Amino acid sequence: MPASLAATVAAPSALSGSASVIAVGVLLAEFGMFRQALLRDQVRLYAAQSVLISVLAVVVAATRHLPDLYALAVLSFALKAVIVPAVVRRLLRGIGAIGGDPRWSDIAGSHALSVASAVLVAIAVAAFGFFTVAALGIRSPVLPATALSVSMAVILVAFVLMIVRRDVVSQAIGFLSLENGVSLTALVVAAGLPLILELAFLFDLLVAVVVFGLLIRVHHGRAESMSTAELTSLRG
Amino acid sequence: MLLILGLPLAAAAICLRAPLAAVRAVTAATGVACFGFVLALVPAAAHGDLGYLRLLRVDAVSAVFLLATGFLYGAIAVYSIGYMSGGHGGERGSRHARRFWVGLNLFAWSMLVAPMMSNLALLWVAVEVTTVVSALLVAIEDSDGAAEAAWKYVLLASAGLGLALLATIFAYYAGAQVLGQSYDLGFTQLLAVAGRLPHAAVQLAFVLAVLGYGTKMGLVPVHTWLPDAHSEAPTPISALLSGSLLAISFYAILRFYQVAAAAVGSTFPRDVLLAFGVASLLLAALYLFGQRDIKRMLAYSSVEHMGILAVGVSFGAPAALAGVLLHVLAHAAAKGNAFMGAGVLVRKLGTKRIAGIRGGLDLLPWSGPLFLAAIFALGAMPPFGLFRSEFEIVAGGLGSGRYAAAAFLIIAVTVAFFGLAASATRMLMPAPRAPAPLPQGADRGPAAAGLAADGQERRPVVRTGATAPPVTRGEPSAWMVVPVAAGVIALLVLGLHPPAELTGLFGRAVALLGGGGAP
Repeated sequence: MPASLAATVAAPSALSGSASVIAVGVLLAEFGMFRQALLRDQVRLYAAQSVLISVLAVVVAATRHLPDLYALAVLSFALKAVIVPAVVRRLLRGIGAIGGDPRWSDIAGSHALSVASAVLVAIAVAAFGFFTVAALGIRSPVLPATALSVSMAVILVAFVLMIVRRDVVSQAIGFLSLENGVSLTALVVAAGLPLILELAFLFDLLVAVVVFGLLIRVHHGRAESMSTAELTSLRG
Repeated sequence: MLLILGLPLAAAAICLRAPLAAVRAVTAATGVACFGFVLALVPAAAHGDLGYLRLLRVDAVSAVFLLATGFLYGAIAVYSIGYMSGGHGGERGSRHARRFWVGLNLFAWSMLVAPMMSNLALLWVAVEVTTVVSALLVAIEDSDGAAEAAWKYVLLASAGLGLALLATIFAYYAGAQVLGQSYDLGFTQLLAVAGRLPHAAVQLAFVLAVLGYGTKMGLVPVHTWLPDAHSEAPTPISALLSGSLLAISFYAILRFYQVAAAAVGSTFPRDVLLAFGVASLLLAALYLFGQRDIKRMLAYSSVEHMGILAVGVSFGAPAALAGVLLHVLAHAAAKGNAFMGAGVLVRKLGTKRIAGIRGGLDLLPWSGPLFLAAIFALGAMPPFGLFRSEFEIVAGGLGSGRYAAAAFLIIAVTVAFFGLAASATRMLMPAPRAPAPLPQGADRGPAAAGLAADGQERRPVVRTGATAPPVTRGEPSAWMVVPVAAGVIALLVLGLHPPAELTGLFGRAVALLGGGGAP
C-alpha cells in the first residue's frame, strides 16, 4: 500500500521507489515477528530487518553523496545483523532454547491476544502512525516522506509487539526492532547526523543488548521459563 | 571538571581488583571528593558557561543537577560502608560486594556525566548508560522480586528512551533545517537559532522527549517501573535512583523545554508538562495511602515530587523556576535521607513491610529521629528546604495566574503528607504493649496468609514487635548515621538561608530557562 501511494503522488525516481520498497520491507519484517512461533526465526527476522536498513543506508550514501553513511552502513550491518543476533543466539543456546527443550524454543503460546487480533491491532496502529506523521508535513531532504511514515509505523508496531508478547526474548527483540525503526527514521530525517554520534548510539545498543542478555539469564535462572506471565508479584 | 569525570571511573577500576576494605575507602573518598569538586564548580557556573572540547559544557542549570548528584554520591558512598558491612559473608558475599561497589561508582559516574554533555545526542547516550548500569544494580539482590523489577525497569526505560532518541532525531531534523546537515545538536547552537526552527518538528520532539525521558523520571502514565525498582534495589541504590536518576531525566526534559520554549513559545510546552505533572501528583498522593512496603511508599513519594517539578516548570514564572531548581536539590537530600533512614529501619527489624516495623524511635536513638525529620522534610514542613521550594513554586503559580493548578498542588501535597506521616508515625512510635502477643498474631495471621497467596512475600519475614526476639536499642552502624545527619543539615541550610553562591546560581539558571522563551 505505501509503495502504491508513493507511486500515485508522483512518478517515483529509482531512488525513492527503492527506498520506499526497502522501508516497506522493514515493516513487513516487523509484522513477521508477530506471528513467528520459534525464537530462532524471530532472531533471523530481526537480522534480516537490520540488513535491510543497512542496505538503505548504502542507497542513501550512494545517491546523496554522504560518505559517512557508508561507514555507518558497514558498522550497523556488523553490529545489528551479525553481532547482536549472534549474541542472542548464543544466549538462547546457553539456556537450551534453541534445538533443545521445546518448552523454551516455542513461543507460539506467548501471545496475550490471538495472533489474528494482534495483527489487526498492529495494522490499525500502523495505519494511525502512517497517516498521522504524513499529516505533520515533515519533509526529508534525502528520502521520500513515505519512508518516514513507514518508519513511524514500524516503531508503533514494535510497541505492540512488546505489549502482546509474554516472553522475555520477544520483548527484547521488540525493543531492538523499535531501535531499528528509530534508525530508519534517522536515515530519513537526519541522514547528516555526525558519524561520531551514530557510533555512540550503536555502542550504546551493544551495551543494552549485553544487559538484556544478562537479565534474560537471571530471569530464566530464577523462573525456569521465558514467560513474563509470572511477573506479577510487584504491584500497587 | 575533568576530575569529576575521571575520579569515579578510576574508583570503579580500582574496585575491580583491590581488596574490599580498600574498595570501601576509595569509594567513600571519591564520593566526597566529587562533591567537593562540584561545589568548586558552582561559583564559576554562576557567572558563565564552562566548556571543554566542545563536548563538555557546564552552565548554571547543569550545575544544579551536578550538585544534587554529587551530594548524594558522597553521602551514599559513606552510607554504603555501613550498609554492606552487615551483609553476606564468604566468597559469594565478597563477589556480590565487589559488583555492588563497581556498579555504584559507574552509576554515579554516568549520572555526573549526563548533565555535563554539551549536546542532546550525547545527553541521550549518557542517560541510556545510567539505565543499563542501574538496571544491573537493581538486579544485584539475588531474589525473584529483584529479577522481576530489573526486567520491568530495563524494558520500560529502554522503550521510553527509544522515544527519547526519536525526539533527539526530530530535534536534529529541526535544527538541520536552519543550520545545515552537519552540526552536532549542541544546545547553544540550537538555542541561538531557536526562533527559526520549524514548529511541527519541535513540538513533536518535545512531546516525545517528555514521554520518553518522562518514563525514566516517573511521570504518571509511564511511571510503573519505578516503585518496583526502588523497592527491590539495595537501599543505597534506591536513594541514588530516586534522588538523582529521576532528576537527571528531568534535566533532559528541561533541555528540550529550553529549546521548545524558545522555538514555539512557552505555552505549548508548559501545557504538556502541566498535564503530566498534575496526573503524577494526583495518582502518587493517593497511592501513598495504604502502601504496605516502606520503600514503595518512598518511591511513590518520588513520583509525587517529580509531579511537583513538572507543575513548577509549567508555571513558568521566575519564582517558580527557582523553586523547581531548589526543589531538585532539596528533594535529593530529603529523599536520600528518607531512603537511608528506611534502610536502617529495614536492617534493624528485618522486614520492609510497614506493618512489621514498630517503635523505630525507641530502637534507634539517632536514625529514628533523623528518619522522622526526613519524612517531615518530604512533606514540606517549614524549617526544611522543600518547604521553601514548594512555597516558591506555589507563589510563582499564583503570581502567573495559574490559580487552579496552584490550589491543586497545595491540596495534593497536603494529602501526600498525611499519607507519609501516617505510615511514618506507625513505624516510629512504640508498639502497644499490653495484650501484645494475641492481637498481633491474629492481626498478622490473615495478612500474612493473604500476602503469601498473591505471592507478595516469599522471603522469610523476621517477626518483630512484642512477639519477636528482642531487638536491642542501638544503631547498626555509625556509617549509616553520619550521612543522614549531613543530609538534614543540608536541608536546614537550604530551608533557612541558602548561601549567596547558590542564589546566584539559581538566578542565572532561571535566566537561562526563562530568558529565551518569555512570552
